[in-house]
Parts: sequence; C-alpha cells; structure tokens
Amino acid sequence: MSDSTPEALTDADILKIARLSRLSLAESQVGTVRTQLSSILGHIAKLQALPTEGVEPMAHPMKIVNRLGADEPKACMPVEDLLRNAPAVEDRYLAVPKVLGEGGGA
Amino acid sequence: MSHGAPAPQPLAKICADVREGRVKALDRVNSFLAVIAAKDGEIHAFNEVHADAARARAEAIDATVQRGGNPGPLAGAVIAVKDNIVMREGKTTCSSRMLANYRSPFNATVIERLEAAGAIFIGKTNLDEFAMGSSTENSAFGPTRNPWDTTRVPGGSSGGSAAAVAARFCDAALGSDTGGSIRQPAALCGCVGFKPTYGRVSRYGLVAFGSSLDQIGPFAHSVEDAALVYDAIAGRDELDSTSADAACAPLAAKTREPLAKLRVGVPREYRSDANSPAVAEVLEKSIAAARAFGAEIVDIDLPLTDIGISTYYVIAPAEASSNLARYDGIRYGHRAKLEPGEDLEDLYSKSRAEGFGPEVQRRIMLGTYVLSSGYYDAYYKRALQARRLIKDEFDRAFAKCDVVLGPTSPVPAFPFGGKKDPLSMYLCDVYTVNTNIAGIPGISINGGFAEEGGRRLPVGIQLQAPAFAEETLLRAAAMFERA
Repeated sequence: MSDSTPEALTDADILKIARLSRLSLAESQVGTVRTQLSSILGHIAKLQALPTEGVEPMAHPMKIVNRLGADEPKACMPVEDLLRNAPAVEDRYLAVPKVLGEGGGA
Repeated sequence: MSHGAPAPQPLAKICADVREGRVKALDRVNSFLAVIAAKDGEIHAFNEVHADAARARAEAIDATVQRGGNPGPLAGAVIAVKDNIVMREGKTTCSSRMLANYRSPFNATVIERLEAAGAIFIGKTNLDEFAMGSSTENSAFGPTRNPWDTTRVPGGSSGGSAAAVAARFCDAALGSDTGGSIRQPAALCGCVGFKPTYGRVSRYGLVAFGSSLDQIGPFAHSVEDAALVYDAIAGRDELDSTSADAACAPLAAKTREPLAKLRVGVPREYRSDANSPAVAEVLEKSIAAARAFGAEIVDIDLPLTDIGISTYYVIAPAEASSNLARYDGIRYGHRAKLEPGEDLEDLYSKSRAEGFGPEVQRRIMLGTYVLSSGYYDAYYKRALQARRLIKDEFDRAFAKCDVVLGPTSPVPAFPFGGKKDPLSMYLCDVYTVNTNIAGIPGISINGGFAEEGGRRLPVGIQLQAPAFAEETLLRAAAMFERA
C-alpha cells in the first residue's frame, strides 16, 4: 500500500483495470476510457491536498453495531421463483460453462 | 406549480375523499392513465405502465370503502416507482440491458408499506442506468424529457419519477438518492423531492448502488404530500440492518405548523460564481423571503463543499464496483453467448461488457481502480477521511443554524447532450453529494423560475438539516413553499 499520488494512466493500466472489473474492453475503446478516467482522477486529486493527518476514516454515516435477530426459521422464497430469472437452467440448477479445464478435476 | 395547470388538491384531502367514498379510486386511476396515454409518448417518464394492475387495485380499494372498511392513510394515492425498486408486478430493469427482462420474486419494503397504506402503483419510471447519472440520458431505453421543455433533460438519476410528477401522471413517486438523484431532478422539473436521513427508509428491495449513501424518498406536488408518503415508508425494517431505530412520528399534518424561531444558515460557498444568474437570483429571493417570514439568516461557512465531488466520486464508484460484481450472467441478468474455447471468465467479462452501458462501466472501473492495491490509501482511505471532515463541518454548522439553505443545482435543466464530458456532468452534483456523504436529510422545493430560450424553467432551492431532524426540515420547507 503506497501513499503515493498515482502517475498518469497508461493503456496497460486500463487493460488491467478492465480485467479486474471483469469487463471485456475492445482495443478501440482503451484510449477513450484512459482519457475519461484520467480526467476524473485529475479532479479527484484535490483530495491529496486535504490535511487528513490523524483523521479517523468514516465508512458509514450511522453509528450502528451488529444486530442479532431471533434465530427462528422462516419460509424461503420458492426455488422456482428464484430460477425464473436465470439465463440457463438444468433441472433445478443454474447451468454454467465448464469451470475446470481438461484434466483439472478436483 | 407545473405548466399553468391548477395546483392539485392536497393528497391528504384526495385520500380522505376516496376513503369516505366521495371519489372513486378507479376514476382517478383512469384519468391518470388517460393523461399518460396522451403525453408519455413524448415525455417517456415510464419504462412500464401497470394499467391493469392499477385498475384492479383501485377496484379493490373502492370495494373496501363500499364495505365500510378503511384502505389506509394513502387510500387511492396513485404512485409511480423508480425502476430500481423491486416489485413483483412487471419488470425491474434499472434501465439497463443487464436487467431488461428481470422479474423480482419479492416486493421492496417500501412497496409493501405503501400498499398497506392504501396506495396504488401506476408503473415503473425511467432512470439513468443503475441510478448513475444526472440527466436520465444514461438509460438504456432512451432518455426522459423535461415536461417544462422537452428539448431539455429532467435531471437524474430519478428523472422519470420527477417528470411523472411534474407532468401530472401520478400523485407522487418514489425515487432513490445516492448523491442528489431525488433532489436534482425535482429541482429541474419543478416538484418537491425529499431525501430522508440515511437509515430512515428501508433499502430492502432497492437495487444497491452505493450502500452507505443510498436512500429512498418521495417526489410530490407539495411538502405536505411528500411528508404523507414519507410517513408511510419510514421506520425500522428488520430486513435492512442499516435501517434506524429512531422514532418516526407522523409529519404530514405538522408541515402546516410554522416554526417559531427558525435559524436559516446560508453558506458563503453556496453563493458561488458557478451558479447561473437565475439560480443566484432565486437564492437571494428565497433568503429575502425567509427574512420576511421571520427567520433569522445566519452566514455560515462550509469550506469543504468543494471537496465533496472528489470524495463522492471515490466512495460511490468504490461501493458500486463491489455491489455490481453480482451481475455475472449466471443467476440472473444478461448472459453473453460464448465462442468455442471461451471460458467462465469470458462469460463474466462479455456479459458485463454487453449488459452495462458506458457510464456504469466507467464507474465500475473507477471504483475498481481506487480500491486496487497501491492506490487504496491515496484514494479510498483519504476519501473516507474527507467524509469524516465533511460530516464534522456540518455538525459545526448546525450548532449555529437549524437548516442550511442553498441552490439544489447550480443550473436549471440543460439541453440534451449539453454535458457530454463525464466530469462536467459530475460537477452538477456539487450541492447535493455532501448530504449523502454526511448521511443527513435534504429536500428540494421550487424556488422560482429561469427564462432560457423563451421557456420558463423551474429553479430549485435545497434545505438540509441534521440527521433525524426531518420534522424541522419539512416544517421549514413548507414555510418556504408558502412564502
């Protein structure tokens, strides 16, 4: 974790961010995305000038602690209702492409 | 106060008329449906109109009344719902290709509560995709047009709900506000838009964008109408662990009672050169009106106003990148077709690239970047520290005043395509994001009008109050409304 101000974004950075975001990005879009993100980050850089020494980060506006609910069984949503939106279903299961490659069985 | 049409009756009176059998809920639904059929082709406030369901529900309410029953405080109130709040009826799309065919298996808590209070849902309204935007131009299904001037945007992200109220398609509407998405479109469409304190209204069933910022609230023709809807939806919900325990006394009738010694804080930073001349003029006129109704005007400083956009555009995309990770093409939502040799990761990446529009992708990437190893301290941690400083600054301001007054938006409704650069669009939110960052309540009401291109455009003023001070906020807003 560095505390450095990041340098200008490169095309390689954009491809890495897209990969981490699980967004396939066409080569032709990389330049536009780089320009737009750089412009936004340039504005956000104002934060670097703010004196924050010793300031406790605030992740949430409410002072709340974990709440415990009563441990009582309740009816679940019907599986059919939940599967109705699935793009591919086999039987009562979600169907997905093969996850493990040839010979990669667990 | 829209387009010269006579002011609607108070919603409380309409509901009393329905409850006591003087007015049929079905007649009201039919007349709204007729207005929608005539005008929504041009405005495009709705993604989906629930004509049959609304008529059936109205008939059931009329039948209850006929049997001597009481359908509730919102009996016959006709309400439109932003299409990022889930309902069993119809689809919930978030105006995204990703969810173009999504049908929710459950109702949001706000839907259950409004239904229990006797409300009727007329349809789902358009928004910037996943509530990301300030103009409703980011909808995958085409923009909503401003009823005051159809060459201009209605604001966003709840542009459909704001336009539906302004165009008299309904009595009130629900929206969601993460950085101004209720207040800014209300300002641009000349209606009331109210964002309650974070935690006042259950987020259960609101499609998550920025979970520490999101809050549901009403659009309405008046402060009292907004309070009536708020009264029905506010309060702790065991299905939302961030909903607040704080007591919620009914506020609608209270909005008629003025506050005796109201201190109105006006931050120097809100009298900015960035305000359009009409916005600046409406603000000064509102300050004069407050003096005239006996309020004390207090000059205050909110020097961190300017850092709000930077703080928001770190925190909101960071939370969004996490929340939107659920759209993977597996359980629900758009799934891409794979070419031979492509694997599960290709399925995720292609489905997301096809399903999300450009602004949503931009925010996911921005959020992913600011959370990524090496940049976390420079961006995310620093934004959370700024958040604390912004909240502390509001706390100090509220020691000197009861409400903070300012413009809702630095400009009135702008033409379509007027803010093509994403950053210029983000800067529209300068007066609204800090409300969400601090978690306090805010409301926009109409303050006056601008003349642009020969058209009258509404200009909103915003009031903000301390957390859980909704009573002060709404009573003060009603005083400005009457002034």
